[in-house]
Amino acid sequence: MTQTKKATKHNRILLAHGGGGQLMDDLIRNHILPGLKNDALDELGDSAKLELASGSLCFTTDSYVVKPLFFNGGDIGKLAVCGTVNDLAVAGAKPVALALSLIIEDGFEIELLDKILRSIGRTARQVGVDIVTGDTKTVEAGAADRIFINTAGIGIRHPDIGMGFEKIAVGDKIIINGTIGDHGMTVISQRREIQFQSQLKSDCACLAGIICDLLENTSGIKFMRDPTRGGLAATLNEIARSTALSIKIRENDIPVRPAVQAAADMLGFDVLSIANEGKFVAVVSPESADDCLKICKKHPLGKESKIIGEVIESRDVPLVEIETRIGGKRIVQMPYGRELPRIC
Amino acid sequence: MLDRINKAQHEINAACETLGRQINIMEVCGTHTVSIFRNGIRSILPRNLKLLSGPGCPVCVTDQGYIDVVLQLADRDDCLIATYGDMIRVPGKEGSLETKQANANIKIVLSSEDALQLAKDNPGKTVVFVAVGFETTAPATAVVVKEAAAGAVDNFCILSGHKLVVPAMRALLSEKNHNINAFLCPGHVSAIIGYGAFAEIVEGFDRPCVVAGFEPVQIIEGLSEICRQLSAGKAELKSMYAAVVTEKGNIAAQKIVDECFGPVDGYWRGLGKIPESTLKLKNKYNQFDAFERFGIIEEPSEELRGCRCGEVLCGLIEPPECGLFGRDCSPQEPVGPCMVSSEGACSAWFKYGREK
Amino acid sequence: MCLAIPARIVELEQDVAIVDAMGNRYKAKTTLLPEAKLGDLVLVHAGFAISLVDEEEARKTWQLIAEINEFQETDNKVSG
Repeated sequence: MTQTKKATKHNRILLAHGGGGQLMDDLIRNHILPGLKNDALDELGDSAKLELASGSLCFTTDSYVVKPLFFNGGDIGKLAVCGTVNDLAVAGAKPVALALSLIIEDGFEIELLDKILRSIGRTARQVGVDIVTGDTKTVEAGAADRIFINTAGIGIRHPDIGMGFEKIAVGDKIIINGTIGDHGMTVISQRREIQFQSQLKSDCACLAGIICDLLENTSGIKFMRDPTRGGLAATLNEIARSTALSIKIRENDIPVRPAVQAAADMLGFDVLSIANEGKFVAVVSPESADDCLKICKKHPLGKESKIIGEVIESRDVPLVEIETRIGGKRIVQMPYGRELPRIC
Repeated sequence: MLDRINKAQHEINAACETLGRQINIMEVCGTHTVSIFRNGIRSILPRNLKLLSGPGCPVCVTDQGYIDVVLQLADRDDCLIATYGDMIRVPGKEGSLETKQANANIKIVLSSEDALQLAKDNPGKTVVFVAVGFETTAPATAVVVKEAAAGAVDNFCILSGHKLVVPAMRALLSEKNHNINAFLCPGHVSAIIGYGAFAEIVEGFDRPCVVAGFEPVQIIEGLSEICRQLSAGKAELKSMYAAVVTEKGNIAAQKIVDECFGPVDGYWRGLGKIPESTLKLKNKYNQFDAFERFGIIEEPSEELRGCRCGEVLCGLIEPPECGLFGRDCSPQEPVGPCMVSSEGACSAWFKYGREK
Repeated sequence: MCLAIPARIVELEQDVAIVDAMGNRYKAKTTLLPEAKLGDLVLVHAGFAISLVDEEEARKTWQLIAEINEFQETDNKVSG
């Protein structure tokens, strides 16, 4: 069935675009479908029917409200795909299908919408995942800060991979695949309120490939998580809390770009608490640590991978401790309060 | 660099061993508080050397009465409040700016210029700039007051809470805490007022005063210098922050502040009334003084029950000694400003330290 | 308030400057530092340059950071 492409008369979203009628149909066929083309989506059914190989499923969802919408290294669309794909990947699942929901403000420029959709399509294709179903709603100006996106994702777990908090033991090593703080500091620096022009770039990327390399070529991976909002500090504290074990990391071994450190210093942030969108933390057995590091470093998204610390016994309470650059010691707490408004 | 740190550490250890007794060094700068904690400096100091956190966090020493005035003004429909981020969460009698923020007339700014621009962009409202900070920040406020005057930006005013460090140090030593052996002096305040400003503390109270920057090596070398002096029975004025600090300071900045402000008696949390310690706009800039414009007199308020921020600020107790610390008072639900401010001692202890 | 770090003035028109700190550029005013010139290293606080930074002394500080942090990238170009 071929569709003739109608020229869109409108260059901004109107409330009617969410109304389920002609305008919405135009929007879907002329803007949304072309970028995300796949068989399931083309059916435009209420639900997508998926034939999945047997295995245990992973299912996740995330909403994206980042401001600004476009930033150096990505945009809300790319983020929406990577974020959900990464949640599946760190659970040891191969991403299979995504659902995409858009909530768009009256008055939003259609040209920008197209740009976002193209980015979604491109990112999804690079990962090899299809957007199989979706929804579009429009709201009055001001009700959605231009556009909000939600994605949900399904993945199939790699067989024989058992990861979880309960696997973590004293002596396990902690690996990160590269520099921290890039995404959060980039987004902050590009918000209009701050007169900041910078060379920073978000690390927004899909980790399915590098994680797959790891899972298929080593055993000994006990646990993985992506340190998004709340940064490395939040992720390590979650691990400590859930295992009742403590963690020790070394500041010298944590990769940070000087520009990111400088930007964080300028605004009084601690890079450990700043969001990352192309990083994962892996807790691995001590015997497999070197192999894991080697595998990560071979991949383009892991060239700067490092072993940053290890799991240790707790004294009285589970803690995350850091050995500072000068050989001092201090605690890394779970970040409190609002650090970064709307960065993912 | 590690060489320098190891050397300084050795010197500190040697001096403290010679001294034998407990040594209390107070730092009077919130940024020092944070840097000391973040770098884990306390953990590499000898047991008998105690680092006290002093009244160096501008938000922490701002009296409750001032905060309540800001909250009152935030309630007005004809006002826009422009404030630095830290003030947002400080609790007053009834909530904080954060809980009021739903009113959307509260804007966080990173510079006084942003506050002035807000006034220019909103001619129908009065913009009140919450001008809190020490001598480092006061010149930035003075600049925009002058710009407002020159540009007749009549809908702009400031609520001055600017405080002066040296009067506070004087008050501390005279009345509040006689157990301070030396001061680690603020690097950026000194960039403005010059390290010479601390001479009166050295001469009047016979305490070493050493100005240091904020890098860990600078702080440790500063502490080493203090320990050296103490063990030699000396009390001298020294700056270890030559990159940025001179004896006389930034004269242009001092001039601009003198033009716009004069020191008056002010209320400090924990220290009470300190003579000539707060900056007030001079008469010729009356129209930009929010206190004058709205006819407000700042009344010192009662401390919130159980809150011992005042004693923490004087270095009389350490945060964990406060009954509310970590229980009713935490960064998520702060009772007092020392827990709210990112530079407050309680917040730093909570985030980076552990009660022993 | 916030930790200020040295930044170099890369553009200057009257008292409005663009300064560069480790590759991040932002606006700052030099009203409080009338003697500041293009190319000077300055300390910026709350949007204002408040002090000239002595290059020789500063190099000691920056070098310290460089020594400790083996992860130095002197190249400002951000990798793709």
